Amino acid sequence: MAAPIIRLSKVCKRYGAIVVADAIDIEVAGGEALGIIGPNGAGKTSLFNLVAGTVKADSGTIAYRNRDITSLNAAARCRLGVSRSFQIPHPFSGMTVFENVVVGAAFGGDMSEREAYAKAVEVLELTGLKAKANAMADSLTLLERKRLEMARALATGPELLLLDEIAGGLSEHECRELVAAITGLRKTGISIVWIEHVVHALLAIVDRLLVIDFGRIVAEGDPKTVMASREVSEIYLGIEADA
Amino acid sequence: MSAVTPDWRVERATATSRLAAVVAIVALIALAAAPAWAGRADMRLLSEIFTYLALACLWNLLAGFAGLVSVGQQAYVGFGGYMLFAFAILLGVNPLLTIPIAGILGALIAVPVAVLIFRLSGAYFAIGTWVMAEVFRLVFAQVSALGGGSGTSLPVAVVKDIAEGRDMREWIVYWAAFLLVVVVLGGTYWLLSTRRGLALAAIRDSEVASESLGVRIWRTKLMIYVVSAGATAMVGALIFLQKLRISPDAAFNVNDWTAYVIFITVIGGIGTIEGPIVGVIVFFLLRETLADLGSIYLMILGLVAIVVMLKAPRGLWGFVQDRFGIELFPVRRRIRYPLD
Repeated sequence: MAAPIIRLSKVCKRYGAIVVADAIDIEVAGGEALGIIGPNGAGKTSLFNLVAGTVKADSGTIAYRNRDITSLNAAARCRLGVSRSFQIPHPFSGMTVFENVVVGAAFGGDMSEREAYAKAVEVLELTGLKAKANAMADSLTLLERKRLEMARALATGPELLLLDEIAGGLSEHECRELVAAITGLRKTGISIVWIEHVVHALLAIVDRLLVIDFGRIVAEGDPKTVMASREVSEIYLGIEADA
Repeated sequence: MSAVTPDWRVERATATSRLAAVVAIVALIALAAAPAWAGRADMRLLSEIFTYLALACLWNLLAGFAGLVSVGQQAYVGFGGYMLFAFAILLGVNPLLTIPIAGILGALIAVPVAVLIFRLSGAYFAIGTWVMAEVFRLVFAQVSALGGGSGTSLPVAVVKDIAEGRDMREWIVYWAAFLLVVVVLGGTYWLLSTRRGLALAAIRDSEVASESLGVRIWRTKLMIYVVSAGATAMVGALIFLQKLRISPDAAFNVNDWTAYVIFITVIGGIGTIEGPIVGVIVFFLLRETLADLGSIYLMILGLVAIVVMLKAPRGLWGFVQDRFGIELFPVRRRIRYPLD
């Protein structure tokens, strides 16, 4: 396995009595695509919040390229190369789609405005949003907003991309397009961590699959093996495989 | 090696904004020449409009873009006013020179204040700013050299430092107010047109998303708070140069320097450059036509605020912008491909 791009060691986070991360240990190798599944409320998005710096861990450490980033805020982590999309899109509604993407390039990518324009043009083409470039972000459909989430994250020039349920609500055709786009991205050497309920899309991309429940990792490994595992059957179907 | 020319370009100006620029230039020339065509009362009214417009633009930058809903900007209005009196009376500085001095000192004092109140957020931040303004008021009420709790007036000799003749003094104060509002409006437009303006617009729309895209929230907010405080202090110095008298209650009055300013910005359209301009026109139209009605006037102001909030939550300009897509100050970046 290549050197890890991100390493979480014993990361814990709780909100009162609710534990969303219970001594989580994860490593993602450079260029690897890791899938994360788990029931609603399992702690998947909280894990992204911890990695991206949106919320601070109660304990444990997070290292990016062997540098401890536990105390860095989200903006600093983004500038280092960790970028994310949100499960519930957060478009800059008073700005155009183009400007939304320029923000990602200019600040996350630390570019001049002119350079950011060029990067935004490139990313809009890649994500199929070129035709909507001058539309106001709040006029987009849900699917387009999800694309915008990915476009903004990509514009920052990430080395680690965190995708949070971007395939939800997509038609079969759109899902195939998305998988093709992410497959293309992987060729650039980018590492991807993808939380997704649309499992067939996830399995088409990821090298490794991780199952989370109640803030704990309950299964991890080869995607097909994990999907056939007792833990997944228990969590999703409520059946005990051995029974 | 030849540079590749991109097959796209980014535009900002629209036909409407170009027309607005022409109208604005004509209006600016006419207003700069006001001493030639306006009476003394008209010039005083215009000066007052300019100062309120400047305050509204600055509050709009704070609340409308940086998300810093302050109800304590009277702290800097009063501080600026007191700097005018302190430097002019105690140190013999020309009153006009005290305006930039007030600005610099206002910005400096805003740094420790920001470090303190930035620990609060939302409603707590708003309350914190008000508390800070009260602290300022109580501190200046203790300064006996500046009249303590009852205040003081600018001595005639100091007033004559501005100019010997009364007409010239009135003109100079008018031009100072005019220059200040042009600088504040122009500066706001310039700021919002830059890369940093992009960050501000992003913060306005979603703080969590902008931080996740690399925008340095704290630093950007601090910059806006400090700049806004400095400029507000300059406006404060100018306001009390017009009034020639200061007292803690007048200088740090929450109604005059914050409540009306919030009304102007919210009615006009918060988070837009044009909003405070529309708001100040509405506010002064109402005041000049209805102020004689006393408390009924205040009830009408409240009614207008309620109706606008219900029918046009983004303010009057926001309503126009949503309906017609008009932008007088073009900060929006539009991409054009060859076939457009």
